[in-house]
Amino acid sequence: MKRSALDQIVLKVSGLQKNFDGVDVLNGVSFSINRGEVVALLGDNGAGKSTLVNCLAGRIQPNKGTIEINEQALLLNSPSASQQAGLAIVHQELALVNELSVIENLFLNREILHANKILRFFGWLDKNAMAKKAQKLLQRLGTYLPDLNAPVATLSGGQKQVVAIIRAVHAGADIIVMDEPTSALGAEQYGFLMSLIRLLSSQGIAIMLISHNLHQVSTLCDRAVVLFQGYSVADVALKEVSQTQLLAYMNGTVLEVPQAS
Amino acid sequence: MMHVKLTAHTLVYYAFAITMLIFTVLLSHTAFFTTANLLNILMQTSPIVVMAIGLSFALSVGHIDLSIGAIVAICGLVAAMLLQSYGITIAVVVSLLLGGLIGALNGYLCERLGIPSLIVTLGMLGFLTGFSRQLSGLQSIPIIDPQFISLFGQGTVIGIPSQILWLAGLVFLAHTILNKLRFGRHLFAVGASKPAAHSMGLVVSRIRVCAMALSGGFAALAGLLYAGRMQSARYAIGESDLMALIAAVALGGCSLLGGRVNIIGVLLGVWLIGCINNGLILSGFSSNEQMMVKGIILIAAVIVTSKVNK
Ligand SMILES: Nc1ncnc2c1ncn2[C@@H]1O[C@H](COP(=O)(O)OP(=O)(O)O)[C@@H](O)[C@H]1O
Ligand SMILES: [Mg+2]
Repeated sequence: MKRSALDQIVLKVSGLQKNFDGVDVLNGVSFSINRGEVVALLGDNGAGKSTLVNCLAGRIQPNKGTIEINEQALLLNSPSASQQAGLAIVHQELALVNELSVIENLFLNREILHANKILRFFGWLDKNAMAKKAQKLLQRLGTYLPDLNAPVATLSGGQKQVVAIIRAVHAGADIIVMDEPTSALGAEQYGFLMSLIRLLSSQGIAIMLISHNLHQVSTLCDRAVVLFQGYSVADVALKEVSQTQLLAYMNGTVLEVPQAS
Repeated sequence: MMHVKLTAHTLVYYAFAITMLIFTVLLSHTAFFTTANLLNILMQTSPIVVMAIGLSFALSVGHIDLSIGAIVAICGLVAAMLLQSYGITIAVVVSLLLGGLIGALNGYLCERLGIPSLIVTLGMLGFLTGFSRQLSGLQSIPIIDPQFISLFGQGTVIGIPSQILWLAGLVFLAHTILNKLRFGRHLFAVGASKPAAHSMGLVVSRIRVCAMALSGGFAALAGLLYAGRMQSARYAIGESDLMALIAAVALGGCSLLGGRVNIIGVLLGVWLIGCINNGLILSGFSSNEQMMVKGIILIAAVIVTSKVNK
């Protein structure tokens, strides 16, 4: 990919603050992510990772600070606002409706409607078109699922994640936030997810990966943003730091709390 | 018949077939298997099917609607009263709007106050029942409008009873909404998982209110069908259908916790209960005993569906 394209910022978070009932959970988090970049979000339990993700997802609103997606400052006041802006979250739990089929999940709230104007008016679904499009998306990502009409409940953890990721790609996401995507995966599925992330990145989709696994992070990610007690304490290229250093940032032993100017 | 796997959704086919087999033996000396009797069951159950369709919409999003019977009564009464001075169009439109609005109010209260629909619709049931009694002074209101009677009651269109046409049309409509339209898919999604539906950008509360409004609208239509068939409206109509209704949707494979709904299953569920009721009457059971049987069927249906779902 061309240098110029890579330098394009898809997500910029500036001075994000959030407090719950007077308790500061985010204390001014700032970082940015470029197109196609794979960035880890690290931090100990309670550091504020999920709160940050919830702000990005539009599930909660920060008290202060801005979120820019594709260089536009946005008010993310609902999950759909965030999705429309080009940010998708692949969550461990919430992402899919288990009772619905793979195809139904892929197109939920982005259904392809019938070409006929009148049927379209009533929201008539074009099931054939959706089935075809689903196949195409799977091929584009080099994946295979045995039965696209099976309820998602019958899939393995890794397969569910694939569905959630494909959904995000279909939704036109420029950045996909993955919350602990690998914690429930077997070795084979883990490997597959890793290659899928690389493929997405090569197609220009940025990934923000929340993980506890430092080894995984250092093999997969370009950069890490570390949160400690609601502060973004480090933003480092992973080539330039050791795992020990990362751990030190996470534990707060190297504390570089940015001073408010 | 094809091999059909036993699930909550196919249970009703087996139950229906087995009941019919048993009835063939037990009721062979009665009038059960006569065209007239079966047609009678079909006609008698058609408003209940319409109510059950309404309830299915409520169930699809994880709500229950206990006020359906009471909406049937008030909408029937309002239609009958309006018919006397304003004519059929006003009567029908106002009655349907009223049903839809009551349903929407049910849904709105659930969302706004965060109270379970069980409580909201139970309260609505109480309120509407009292209101219907007050409004009608416990008198039935006769309907003489021939147009109304032929449209919703005894009339026929090209030789087919209009009640059957309504039944077929509404079953088709509900089936289409639930299986062919985006809205139906959103209903299932919301019923199956509110958090997932919300995280995919669906406006969960709006969808749930719409489902309740549909429930009320279908109840109003059932009220019109009852009124047409009986050529009068009474405060007590629909009051005693609740148990049969819930038993029918449970038999039909609807999860009482929300999610996918099978309208054909619901239709068969209502017919099954209608047939059993009719069989009991023909075998000389009293109405008290019929009620006891319906209660047992309700519990059994829920037990069996929850077992085969696992
Ligand atoms: N809705 C909430 N209300 C109050 N406190 C919260 C809420 N959500 C998170 N917190 C608190 O914020 C802190 C950070 O939590 P979280 O963002 O989940 O961290 P992480 O995901 O990094 O483990 C924790 O101390 C947690 O108790
Ligand atoms: Mg967390």
